[in-house]
Parts: sequence; structure tokens; C-alpha cells
Amino acid sequence: MADVEEPMAVDGEHMGSGDWDGRWNHVKKFLERPGPFTHPDFEPSTESLGFLLETCKILVIGAGGLGCELLKNLALSGLRHIHVIDMDTIDISNLNRQFLFRPKDVGRPKADVAADFVNNRIPGCQVVPHFKKIQDFDESFYRQFHIIVCGLDSVIARRWMNGMLISLLSYEDGVLDPSSIIPLIDGGTEGFKGNARVILPGMTACIDCTLELYPPQINFPMCTIASMPRLPEHCIEYVRMLQWPKDTPFGDGVCLDGDNPEHIQWVFQRAQERAANYNITGVTYRLTQGVVKRIIPAVASTNAVIAAACSTEVFKIASSAYIPLNNYLVFNDVDGLYTYTFEAERKENCSACSQVPQDLQFPPSAKLQEVLKYLTENASLQMKSPAITATLEGKNKTLYLQTIASIEERTRPNLCKTLKELGLSDGQELAVADVTTPQTVLFKLKLTS
Amino acid sequence: MAATKASKEQKYDRQLRLWGDHGQEALENAHVCLINASASGTEILKNLVLPGIGAFTIVDGHKVSGEDVGNNIGRVSNVTSLCYTIVISNPCLHNRAQAATELLQELNSDVSGNFVEESPDKLLDNDPEFFHRFSLVIGVQLPEGTCLRLGSVLWNANVPFLVCRTYGLTGYMRLVVKEHTVVESHPDNALEDLRLDQPFAELKSHIQSYDLEGMEKKDHIHTPWIIIVAKYLEKWFSDHNFQLPKNYKEKEAFRQLIRQGILTKENGTPEDEENFEEAIKNVNTALNPTKISSIVEDIFNEEQCNDITAQTPAFWVLARAVREFVQNEGGGNLPLRGSIPDMIADSEKFINLQNVYREKAMQDASVVSKHVESLLQSVGKTSESISEQDIKLFCKNAAFLRVVRCRSLAEEYGAETVNKDEITSSMDGADGEMVLYLMLRSVDRFYQQHSRYPGVYDYQVEEDISRLKLCVHSLLQEYGLNVNVKDDYIHELYVWPHVQLVIKIITRQFVPFNNTFIYNAMSQTSATFQL
Repeated sequence: MADVEEPMAVDGEHMGSGDWDGRWNHVKKFLERPGPFTHPDFEPSTESLGFLLETCKILVIGAGGLGCELLKNLALSGLRHIHVIDMDTIDISNLNRQFLFRPKDVGRPKADVAADFVNNRIPGCQVVPHFKKIQDFDESFYRQFHIIVCGLDSVIARRWMNGMLISLLSYEDGVLDPSSIIPLIDGGTEGFKGNARVILPGMTACIDCTLELYPPQINFPMCTIASMPRLPEHCIEYVRMLQWPKDTPFGDGVCLDGDNPEHIQWVFQRAQERAANYNITGVTYRLTQGVVKRIIPAVASTNAVIAAACSTEVFKIASSAYIPLNNYLVFNDVDGLYTYTFEAERKENCSACSQVPQDLQFPPSAKLQEVLKYLTENASLQMKSPAITATLEGKNKTLYLQTIASIEERTRPNLCKTLKELGLSDGQELAVADVTTPQTVLFKLKLTS
Repeated sequence: MAATKASKEQKYDRQLRLWGDHGQEALENAHVCLINASASGTEILKNLVLPGIGAFTIVDGHKVSGEDVGNNIGRVSNVTSLCYTIVISNPCLHNRAQAATELLQELNSDVSGNFVEESPDKLLDNDPEFFHRFSLVIGVQLPEGTCLRLGSVLWNANVPFLVCRTYGLTGYMRLVVKEHTVVESHPDNALEDLRLDQPFAELKSHIQSYDLEGMEKKDHIHTPWIIIVAKYLEKWFSDHNFQLPKNYKEKEAFRQLIRQGILTKENGTPEDEENFEEAIKNVNTALNPTKISSIVEDIFNEEQCNDITAQTPAFWVLARAVREFVQNEGGGNLPLRGSIPDMIADSEKFINLQNVYREKAMQDASVVSKHVESLLQSVGKTSESISEQDIKLFCKNAAFLRVVRCRSLAEEYGAETVNKDEITSSMDGADGEMVLYLMLRSVDRFYQQHSRYPGVYDYQVEEDISRLKLCVHSLLQEYGLNVNVKDDYIHELYVWPHVQLVIKIITRQFVPFNNTFIYNAMSQTSATFQL
């Protein structure tokens, strides 16, 4: 803001403990003055500041690159009641951008360190940390927040959060109750690119409505990795996927840990050997680590930009002072500085938010395996490891479940059985559970002739 | 606390994957100057300190105020504010520059921070050469007068200058650099350099070594698509008078020709030959005639490229050397890039083909190297002044060279030289970001006249609106601009500082914007103008 020489007269109303002359002057200017671009429903008042400071409760998901920036921005905006969830601990490679952490903090939980930093330096701010996964909480936890902001690094987690907020919506006589809507502001970055979006569950496009914007991760074909490597990456993947399980170099059942330098060193050396056999150059330690951990490059500035966009939206919504972003911002600064804003549209038959039961069309002779393939490969569904159950003869029967070894073994034979053999009929409801959604998705089976 | 090389590599790992070790080295050798440790200023520095800029110097004569500590709203947040709070007991004893420096240092012990407790105007009066030592100067919230003075000093000293301003919900950045050359622009979606339209001798003979009709099935299904396209192109050439397939119809016919080459099973159905499918898919781009882009042609035609002297920067010596290559040994083409995309093939065939391209690229680079050597000799310099590594990097990126030149602030502000066309044409979308630019300029005038910014105090708002309107109109008149600035904009203004630009200038990778960037936080839109 402009450089002002003299301190301004203070409005004594909102001097909470720790407040001082001029602390909230910038914020007040936005909340106490009307303007032609303010929200039509906005009434400038001195009470808006009160709500921001005393009542508004925000949840920040992720205390990493975006999370650190978000916490800083929100706390300095005057928001005092902030919760933050992050299941990770601090790594040295975080320090080039996650500035709430110092070298001495390596190994400690991100949520805890971030909360400590903000609480110690910003008087009055009460950040509550949760060193947990988002899946460790249920509806009663999430319901308490006015706005939720995400700085996640996984599409699966985003979809889960998306599904959770949709499950909180309540409808009366088919009409959505606006007070059950918790706005979700989602940011993502990758190198010099990023995006920020505003989701009003039940009203605007949700994460699943635009699933095609997140292209599925490309993996190398197995035959290339196993017998026809051409790139250094193929050699690394060979060691990771085939040689490690075979050699178990650090003991039986010890999985490859991308954060363990000894593990990476082992993979690096074997990958070099394999590459040498095929006259392939280019295997380096850095490449090895990048491939094994699926590392995405990151810098402070992109995170700062996207977090700023997200925080702006939090402020707009919390204060009702301006019309929020409608609803998707794309940012790219590889060549010049480029932003593009557009309205992502809701999908009529979105599997997450449309409330329209999804159809599954298969001939009765189709095997269960084909249904599973459809659920994972279809661009609008992109499930990871769906568990399928059906009500047969009045009882709940698990047709296939992958994530628990004993059940997987027991239900595996069903994959080769046809839908007819499994006793499924036309119009049958199938309930599908998956990591991408907190609630089961109901499908209606349509048997084609 | 000196960090070990290994721990620095670990700390900077995620960014090294973007700009490489040499980019990081450039960053660590840089010394930037920030004028005004305000919210935007310190935010910018934070994002330079974290990735490890060599050194920074803050120039700021202000004391810490209550406002600084409470600071701005979300998007322009000030990490130093987090720490100002602990010194709030006696804010008037602490100058902003010192406080900011100490707190920014905390973020990265590899960086050395300095401060000068002085206003930029004083420095310009007493010691303008102070600014010559910097790799880049960032001026935040500078009044117009100071900005122009500083701009002129930096322009003459060839020091890049980044002007940043935030006001209300508007952000503004202006890059002022006479000439900025980029070798590694890292383009998204660059076309491959395969030379299928004019295969070089070694590629030709490598293609000859394949006999598609005579080979066994296991080789047939593992032949790289580049070879397949090349073979069928030979067939096409002999039937079509050595003309490439040009339009959709011809390309389609060519695709069909390739499709006919797919082996058939005993029952007559085609085999599953993914490499042939790849060939068919790539016909569209693979047959683009090899040519030099107009951007690179322009670079070759620049004066800098023609007149090589002992002072000529390496970029232009290299450009000239490549030009010599193009006009002689290259037969009109740039040195071969040397890389090929991954494709379905067995390891041996792929590696052999890759090596054909790699070796030719190395050959071309060494010819360019000879040109570099003779150019350097002709101006009395040794060949050591440009490394082999730099020559190779230049050749590999020859198709993507970029030069950015910005107009000076004097030109932008001068009544005779203002870019009227850019302003008027961008005003067509009356709600666009250009209006915000004019508003910011008007706010500057207001400051010049009243020594303060409009609307700082609540009681001033009404009167200031009309005063600001006067500023707008006088600005438009002075520039002879026949445009309409809606009253709404006069009422409302806000920010978004951005640091990646500084990194682009210092590492000379990626391409900076030219030259004005405006961000509108209300609508979350932005635009770039060349003013």
C-alpha cells in the first residue's frame, strides 16, 4: 500500500488483544468502503472486520508449498481461526519454498511446525495443526468450517475432499439448502504452471465435473521396461518394478522408499548397469530419484502466485465484499506471463455431484473384470482400486475388493465370472467404493442383449 | 554456516530440475537491489532468497509503522511482517531496511543480505553509481519522479530495472531492459528436428541399411517410425517428382501408403504393428519442411550480429557463428539439434538411430565452433572466452533463441514517444486492464501534486475522487488520447508482485514479458502490453 508517514486515527472497535495502531487499516479500507465492483449484496460496515477476525473459521489442507503461503496470507488478512491438515514431515528439499520451516525442523510434522511459526509471530492468530490424513476426519469435523482451501499434491485427495463436501449438502424437497454449502478453493502448481479454482459444491463445477483436465498419469508399457529399454527412464523403472521385488536388497518385504538415499543409490547403480548393457546414456542420480519419486519440479514464486489468487478468493468470500472468481484461473509463466480465466461447466451426469445415478451398460456375458476395467479407465471416473458390492438375495455381497489382501484373494475368482453367472440382473444397483470418494457411488446395471 | 554442496543440491533439488546447475550458478552469482521494503518488496525478495540468490541489498529510508506490521491483504503478504511483531514495542527505532534484511536472512543462510538506510532520491543525488553494481534493481511503489530518474541511470548503465506497484486490487509490473538475450527459452511443444524432408548423408545411409520388405517379422514390428516414414517418402518422391505431400489429400494418401506396408496375418487381417501406427500418426508433423523461424532469421539480421567487435557479448558472437554455418556448411539449415523422441522400437535400432542424430549434431557443433574461433581471433580474443559447453548449448537451442528489448521509461512517459496505438487499441475492451494502467499513471500524478496518495484517510475520499478525475483528464489530454475512462475505475483500484521475472533475467532461461503486466485481482484477469 502507499507509504504513509503519519499513523492514522484508530477505530477502537476491533482492538483485540495484541492489536495496535493501524494494524488493520488496509483490511478496513476494503470492508468499510463501497465501490462499483463490490458484491451486489455487500454492505460496507465495520462489522465485516469483526466477522473476519473473530468468527470465520478456515481449513487449510496441506502445509507444503501452497500451504505455507496460504497460512501466511490468511493470517495476515486477519483470519484468526485456522486449522491445517498435513500428513507429511519436513524434508530438506522442502526448504527452497516452504518458508515456515528451517533446517532444524527437518523430520518434524509440517502441520505442527507451520502452526507454531504462525502462532508465534502473528499475535491473536490461532492455527490448529493436524498431523493426519484428510481421510482420518469425518463429516462432523469438516462441517465446522466456513471455507476450505486446498494446497494438495494429489488428484485422489482432491476428489476425496470434493466428495466429502458434496456429502454435506442438504436438500429440502429437491432444493439445495445454501447454508449447507462450504466453498472449496483449490490450488495446484507444477513448475511454472498453476491453477486456482472456486468450487461451490452443488452449484458450480466440482473436481469430478472436470476430471478430463487432469490427464491420467502416463506409465511406460511393461514390454518396453522388461525387454526393450530405450531411455534412461526405462532402465530406472526396470530396477524399481522388477529387480527390486526380486532381489529384495534391504530385506524381505522392505519396500522401495524414495526418501531413503541408500535405496535410491542402489536403484541408481543397477539402472546404470542395465543402461550400459543397452548402450543407453543419461542415467543420473537426480534422474533416478525423479523417476522413483515421480518428482514434480517446484519453485517458490509459482506457489506464491497461486496461493495469492486462492487467498484473494477466501477473502472475497469471507467478507462477501467482492464477486468471487467464476471459476477457474490458469497461470503459466514459461514465456512471458500468462493467465486465463474461464467458467468450468458442471457435468450433467457427474458421478460426484449430479445426484443422477450412473448407468453401467454391459452384456450379461461380460466378465466382472470388464466392469472393473471400465471403472478405472473411463476418463470421467478414473477410479483407482474400486470395490464392488451388490445386494443379492437380500444380502450384501462383495463381488470384488482389492485393498484387503484376504478379501482380494477370496473374491478374485469372481473377476473371470460373467455378470449372469454372478447372479446380477438388469436394473441391479451396484455400490462402488474407492479412494477417490468418501461415499460409495451407486451404479445402475443395464444388461444389454 | 556454509552449506555443503550436497545439502545445497538436496535443498534446491526441485528448482534445479527447472533451470539446471548452470541456472542455479547464475542465480548465486547475482546481486539484486530492492528499493522499499514494503509488503510487495519483501514478498518479492522472499521468493528470491528462498531459491538462493547470491546477495540482496535493500534501500529504504522508512521506519517501521503500525501499518507495515499489520500489512496488506492476503495476496501481497509480507513475511517480514511476521517478524515485525516482535519489535513492535518501539517501532520508530527500527528502520524498515534493517528489519527486513534480518528477517529475510533467516529464510536462507546461503544468501548475504545488506541494507542502506537511505531514500533512493538521496542516493541518486549523491551517488548514482551506487546502482551500477547490481544484476537487477527492483523499485517498489516509487513515485513517478524517482522512477524516471532511476530509470535513466539504470538504462545508461545497462542494469535491468523492474518497476512494481500495487494499488488497491491492481498489480503492475514494468520491465525495463535494453536488450535481454535468451538461449534456453524452454518452449512448450517444440517441433522435433528430424530432417526427413532433406535427410543428411549419414541419415540417408542409415535408412539404406533397412530393407523393410526383406526383414523378418520381429524386426519389422520393431523398426522406428522415423525409418518407416523415410522409406515411404523415398517411394513417394520417385512418384511425385520429389515433392513432399503438401495438402491434406496428399498427406492422407501418404498415410495410406504406409498403412499398406503393415504385415498381414495368414487370414488376411493386418498385424498389430504399433510402430506403423506411430508413423501414420506422425505424418502431419514429420513432413514439415525444415526451415528457420522468422524470429531466428531476425536475430541473424540484427546489427549486433553483423558488427562483431571485442566488446560483442557471447550471444551475438555465437549467433554470427551459427549464421556463418547456415550460409555455408549447413546448406541453409541450423546445426542439427540431435535429439529424437522416444518411439516403439527395439533397443538396438533405437540407440543406433539416436546415435546417427547425435553424432551429426556434434559434427555441426564443432563446425560452428571453428567459426566461433575465427570470429574471436579476428577481434583479438582467445577461443577460451566462449566455452565448448556454451557452443553446444547454443547449437542445441538454435531454433529457440529469443531477444527481448524494452522501451525505456522515458520513451513510455514522453509526450512525443508515448505508445498511443497500443493504449487506444487496448481500450476497445473498455473494461480491460489498460484502464487500470491509465489509473495508475493518474494516481502517480495525484501523488506528484498532493504529496500523498488519494483516499488514504476516510474523510478525503469524496474530494479525492474529483481530484483524481482531474488527473486522469490531464493525462489523457497531454498524450492526446481520445479514450474514455469510466468513473468506476477512478473509484476503485489493487496487486500482484511477481518474482519469476527476476529469475528469468538472471539465469537467461525462459522468456520475460515485454514490457508491462497488469493484474486485476477483482476479476482475476491479467494482460501484457508493450508500452
